[in-house]
Amino acid sequence: MNFVAILIGGILVNNFIFSRFLGLCPFVGISKRVETATGMSMAVVFVMAVASAVTWAVQRFLLVPYGLEYLQTVSFILVIAALVQFVEMVMLKTSPGLYQALGIYLPLITTNCAVLGVALLSVRSNYTFVEAVVNGIAGALGWSLATVLFAGIRERWEITPIPKPLEGFPIALVSTGLMAIAFFGFQGLFKSLFVK
Amino acid sequence: MNRLWRDLTNGLVRENPTFRLVLGLCPTLAVTTAAENGFWMGMAVIFVLTFSNVFISALRKIIPGKIRIPCFIVVIATFVTIVDLVMHAYLPEMYNILGIFIPLIVVNCIIMARAEAFASKNPVLNAAADGVGMGLGFTIAVMLIGAIRELLGTGNIVVMGTALFGAGGLGFDPAIVMILPPGAFITLGLLLGLLNSVQQRSLRQRG
Repeated sequence: MNFVAILIGGILVNNFIFSRFLGLCPFVGISKRVETATGMSMAVVFVMAVASAVTWAVQRFLLVPYGLEYLQTVSFILVIAALVQFVEMVMLKTSPGLYQALGIYLPLITTNCAVLGVALLSVRSNYTFVEAVVNGIAGALGWSLATVLFAGIRERWEITPIPKPLEGFPIALVSTGLMAIAFFGFQGLFKSLFVK
Repeated sequence: MNRLWRDLTNGLVRENPTFRLVLGLCPTLAVTTAAENGFWMGMAVIFVLTFSNVFISALRKIIPGKIRIPCFIVVIATFVTIVDLVMHAYLPEMYNILGIFIPLIVVNCIIMARAEAFASKNPVLNAAADGVGMGLGFTIAVMLIGAIRELLGTGNIVVMGTALFGAGGLGFDPAIVMILPPGAFITLGLLLGLLNSVQQRSLRQRG
């Protein structure tokens, strides 16, 4: 029950883009076409799941036992950067096809604040190992859902007359705002399902 | 001296990180539910940006080119940790409101972009001026967005516990959506659109 709540909560209610404001730079950056958005999304789901697991272990077995919690920010970002690099190398050796498809997105993920964000959120919510991994996957799926949907909307812009001053970032932000209002509808769903 | 002044003012208007370069969107949108939150986030960013710029500039001849990004991240993360601990100790309420966006300053693109584009190529004093200027530009932007959202969303602006427009506010029904997440996107979007339109008009008049 708890996992379902974390999963649905992460994807629909506390969506990373629409209510937590995490990972906005790549959201705007790679959503020009649905294909690239899908490729990046798969890479993000993979990295966020692994990063959640690894940072949980770092926190539990290194930082807490030795009283080094103040090194959390430094150690998490270094672990994530090293992890992304490692994933890239493993992928290149074992499945060049997958590397071809996702390779160019991987370096971008290190600076994606959603990855560090989800690790910090899991620690602050005192999640268990499985909960932390589910939280990572849920956050990444929510991010992916938002990005792919947004890419679909964005492809329509090419045939839409947009007022000159609103071209580019402004219209992207206003569209995202309208999507966020739509996603607000899920707040009620969550309450009726899980809060008794 | 002239050059220092130009580096300092560069971030305020010409290359304002929020309005002109559109960097660091996540904290800009997340912490602007009130003007005061924006102010403290801005202070944290000014501190980190100035000191990381100074240190990266001072170390720019020692850091090997190939591993410069991890080196920058370690320098930035050090100052973020300082801010995190100081805020936790002295401003616990604000620390709770800003939440994970304090440690997330590490991955703020503004700081990385200035380290890469400016601090790693310029002398220490200029890097410091650039850090203060860019930080102030960010602070002004988030305070402006915060003030607009707070005013429209709650009908008042609260600074240090006192309401600027009296207890009754301005006497209109506040639109709560403005302090909810959608309001952040729409406010910044329309603000950027407005600035573009002003700029395009002045360009047309001049040319």
